[in-house]
Amino acid sequence: MTDDAYNFAYLDEQTKRMIRRAILKGLAIPGYQVPFASREMPMPYGWGTGGVQVSAAVLTPEDRFKVIDQGADDTTNAVSIRSFFERTAGVATTTKTTEATVIQTRHRIPETDLAEGQILVYQVPIPEPLRFLEPRETETRKMHSLEDYGLMHVKLYEDISRHGHIATSYAYPVMVEGRYVMDPSPIPKFDNPKLSGTAAIQLFGAGREQRIYALPPHTQVVSLDFEDHPFDPSKAPHPCGLCGAEDSYLDEVIVDDAGGRMFVCSDTDYCEARQAQGFRGKDAA
Amino acid sequence: MTHPSHHTAQPAPSPQGWRAAGPLHESDPRPLLSVQDLSKTYGAHIGCAGVSFDLYPGEVMGIVGESGSGKSTLLNCMAGHLVPDTGQVIFDTRADGPRDTVAMSEPERRMLGRTDWAFVHQHARDGLRMGVSAGGNVGERLMAVGARNYGRIRATAEDWLSRVEIDPGRIDDAPRTFSGGMQQRLQIARNLVTGPRLVFMDEPTGGLDVSVQARLLDLLRGLVRDMGLSAIIVTHDLAVVRLLADRLMVMKSGRVVEQGLTDQVLDDPQHGYTQLLVSSVLQV
Repeated sequence: MTDDAYNFAYLDEQTKRMIRRAILKGLAIPGYQVPFASREMPMPYGWGTGGVQVSAAVLTPEDRFKVIDQGADDTTNAVSIRSFFERTAGVATTTKTTEATVIQTRHRIPETDLAEGQILVYQVPIPEPLRFLEPRETETRKMHSLEDYGLMHVKLYEDISRHGHIATSYAYPVMVEGRYVMDPSPIPKFDNPKLSGTAAIQLFGAGREQRIYALPPHTQVVSLDFEDHPFDPSKAPHPCGLCGAEDSYLDEVIVDDAGGRMFVCSDTDYCEARQAQGFRGKDAA
Repeated sequence: MTHPSHHTAQPAPSPQGWRAAGPLHESDPRPLLSVQDLSKTYGAHIGCAGVSFDLYPGEVMGIVGESGSGKSTLLNCMAGHLVPDTGQVIFDTRADGPRDTVAMSEPERRMLGRTDWAFVHQHARDGLRMGVSAGGNVGERLMAVGARNYGRIRATAEDWLSRVEIDPGRIDDAPRTFSGGMQQRLQIARNLVTGPRLVFMDEPTGGLDVSVQARLLDLLRGLVRDMGLSAIIVTHDLAVVRLLADRLMVMKSGRVVEQGLTDQVLDDPQHGYTQLLVSSVLQV
């Protein structure tokens, strides 16, 4: 089933070496955006070209690979990337979070705690947290190097003055080890606490923007906030309709044209595992 | 105590031998800002050359001259926006006493730029974030120096809006919905919120109609007096310096041709160019 026309994991060895150097540098300076020579991948920008390149660079033949897209293993993006590496690397794949050694993700962190030895690869559309506040790249780089982050709080201030609370609900900016302000990719802010202190390695790849950054295991990551408006990792106030979980991030699904809706875990593996253990929600068939 | 004017000997006295006037506050004879032999060239063209002066706490210095005389180049060199070719800009910092800001590291200079220094641009658009609310604009400097309490930041912003005569009810409006005069006042509030000791102003009344100019000057004069600010005001409007400045420096072709007390320079101009400048003002 491996396609022998390709080098292992699609990219040539020199490219993978270049990406690994960027990853190592990123791990050495948590939260710092390392420029790298992003390659054209056989997929459009915005579909995870950065994540795929990072995955290709860290995969070994012994790895077991999992891909999630908004928490789900069975959406187009997840299915295509999984089959891409099945074909070009011949690695084993899985949908189970606990069995995977490399997990590529778009917009979610799995509900199940990650363990030592696992690598979580994020797809990042816009790596620069200051981008929409300061359009000049030369200036944002200077702001990072000088820790000039007052502007980030101006954004949160504007949120509160406009909406009465910090309305940023995804790609919520974080401070890494008290040094770099980092965009955690568009994960819901519910996932932000899971960035901090995890035992797994977290790698972030932005293909179009040509940046890689990383969080080594057990890195302290703090979500920015105000003293009188503390960070709130909110989620929909419902249990999962299928497995009854109260602690997982939920998707709202419209089920008919009469206003009917149900809330289900966005992490499909977590939901299925709970159902297999016999948990049932109110909408379970 | 020695007479303050002994401290202000100019390395390069102006042609008329004018000496800088002494400090207004005799109790503090150390200059807040001491500029020494500042020069900046653009290739073969002189931006400003050999400028030296002392500015004492609480003093307002006006710099006048025609377009292209190097006033703005001088101001930008002093404020750290341009790197001068030669010379020193020694600022009396709170923590370490007099320091040459040209030789300072970039983070230190930036810190100074958002605490003890303020810069009011001619066009409010250059000094404001047009997409951010008035409150956010005023609060930015506070947050940049570590304020993390939303309620207190907002209260301070409201207070400052009313001090510059903007209705605090408009705190959540974007500056683009403000009139030109309001934008300029907002820019001033945004700059003064951290209680700076030195304000650089580049044509603060340029582009405003005369009645709005008068209100703004009134406001500035009040703020400068109340807060004991020192200020350096670049302008080509002699009325502005007559009203605000204690001392005046006249520039032509990048060089200072005359300096002294404002009223002395304006009422008894010595240099030919100053005489021309003073006599060019229309009397209504």
